[in-house]
Amino acid sequence: MIVPSFSARGRRGRRLVSCLLLGAVICLLPFFCNAYWLDVCVSIGLYALLALSLNLILGQAGIFHMGHAAFFGVGAYATAILNTMFHIPVLWLMPVSGAAAALFALVVARPIIHLRGDYLLIVTIGIVEIVRIALLNDVGGITGGSNGIFGISRPQLFGFRIYKSLHFYWLVWGMVGVTLLLFYGLWHSRVGRALNYIKADDVAAEGCGVNVSLYKLTAFVLGAFWAGMAGTIYAAKMSTIAPESFNFMESVIIFAVVILSGGSQLGVLISAFLFIGLPELLREFSDARMLIFGLAMMLMMIWRPQGLLPCLPRVYARLRGAVAPGANVEERRA
Amino acid sequence: MSLLELRDVTKIFGGLIAVNEVSFTVEPQSVVGLIGPNGAGKTTVFNCITGNYRPERGSVIFDGRNVTGVAPHRLVERGIARTFQSIRLFSTLSALENTLAGRHCRLRSGWLASMLHLPSQRREEREAVRRCMQELEFVGLADHAEEAAGSLSYGNQRLLEIARALASDPRLLILDEPAGGMNDQETVALVDTINAIRERGVTVLLIEHDMRLVMRICEKLVVLENGCLIAQGAPEVVRSHPAVIEAYLGAEDEAW
Ligand SMILES: Nc1ncnc2c1ncn2[C@@H]1O[C@H](COP(=O)(O)OP(=O)(O)O)[C@@H](O)[C@H]1O
Ligand SMILES: [Mg+2]
Repeated sequence: MIVPSFSARGRRGRRLVSCLLLGAVICLLPFFCNAYWLDVCVSIGLYALLALSLNLILGQAGIFHMGHAAFFGVGAYATAILNTMFHIPVLWLMPVSGAAAALFALVVARPIIHLRGDYLLIVTIGIVEIVRIALLNDVGGITGGSNGIFGISRPQLFGFRIYKSLHFYWLVWGMVGVTLLLFYGLWHSRVGRALNYIKADDVAAEGCGVNVSLYKLTAFVLGAFWAGMAGTIYAAKMSTIAPESFNFMESVIIFAVVILSGGSQLGVLISAFLFIGLPELLREFSDARMLIFGLAMMLMMIWRPQGLLPCLPRVYARLRGAVAPGANVEERRA
Repeated sequence: MSLLELRDVTKIFGGLIAVNEVSFTVEPQSVVGLIGPNGAGKTTVFNCITGNYRPERGSVIFDGRNVTGVAPHRLVERGIARTFQSIRLFSTLSALENTLAGRHCRLRSGWLASMLHLPSQRREEREAVRRCMQELEFVGLADHAEEAAGSLSYGNQRLLEIARALASDPRLLILDEPAGGMNDQETVALVDTINAIRERGVTVLLIEHDMRLVMRICEKLVVLENGCLIAQGAPEVVRSHPAVIEAYLGAEDEAW
């Protein structure tokens, strides 16, 4: 009994060190990157943001949702339309775009959320296609058809104009940092546990008193809200958006980043770096690039089917300090 | 007034009448045993009570209110907790995390409070963990609090399911074959645990194959056969009931 708990503590320690290292790398990266790699890093940050939000739905609650690009797209288009038509400052539109994506998610998920994994997967793929085709066909005459929307203005933060790649780098990774903190809080709470119960066994979760359909729906809506906000940052960075940026393949990439990660937030970040960064590193192999990448993915899933870094068990040692001494295992081990 | 009352509950699967017009009552603070051969419909009756199945006919009255067709999680909130015949723990999560699942419906922190770890949320969590550790101690699993549920012995997994159910402050605890897979020693300890649960003022309704255990702890037995209720009453009476003897003629008690 002592040995596994010791190794669990060791793993926890290593996790913490890895987090700090990764944090340092992210803070120092822009000082070593040229313009090209800086853009790649901004892109990695966006995918990290999207994958963190999908992780809530797929990694934590176990809902097989492969249509996340739809919510990303709704957010980006909400920003583009409101900014170009009504000249509302871009950053003000972040919560608005999030809300638009969340509302859309609520409407489409409500009737399908009870579906079983594989069926749900098919339906969510349908959602992406519907959104993409609607955008292409210029529904309502406001999406600009296949040309998309251009001339989205640059965001301003406290009077500071964000327009360089470096600025966007800090904006995106700052947002990732805030997301990490908030979602960590969520994970280590009644809500995060409920999502994990649902993923493990939804019948048992319901039988224990968890309102399964409400929690699934809320996780879905919150994940969509975050994807919508990521859409705002994307629209601001590109200043031009088109339907093809929100196609099925984008959904698959976000999905794969989460599956590869194993479900922990550190795993998601590393997985985003591997998924988006590695193909760029392999650019010199041109044609063989995706082949090598695909092979690496296959080996990875054989070697670690549970993903890179699954979540460790939550620790309540500090909370248990108050419990009767007979129950305090940590103390006796020391 | 009875805590639980079933009125002509009927559950049909395709052409099979799994439960046929079953009626019985469970008095507050009692221990009632539901017995019968395999496939008699006992688990189905439980699932009708806990809201997992909706009976085709009849009604389930809990604490004076008709709860037929109410969602399972709502019934847990109202005070009905259960364990499963085929153990359904969250096997990769720790024993403590499993017990906290039962506590879930008594906690109030929402999504925002959880994300921000507001003081009220932290206070609530601390209290929940303390309470769940007490439940683990109650069933004798406090030392295993941080172990993954799936790594516990069979007997301990059954006890953990009971702790998880108790964490929801139930008034009625429904146990589906709690001694299944336990050795003699563990079964003896289970009897003590069930008696202790009764002393806490919790009513217990259980399915059990072990006749000695049932005779020792139940003050009322309900016997099912082929979905029909064939006898009910005090254990001694039921044991000598003609219908029960006829149904199990030649069969050893323990073979039930
Ligand atoms: N979900 C189901 N679908 C179809 N038939 C079922 C289902 N659950 C139980 N049954 C059938 O109902 C009958 C009663 O089953 P059950 O309640 O599990 O019996 P017991 O718990 O007394 O052993 C059995 O014949 C079983 O095959
Ligand atoms: Mg059964």
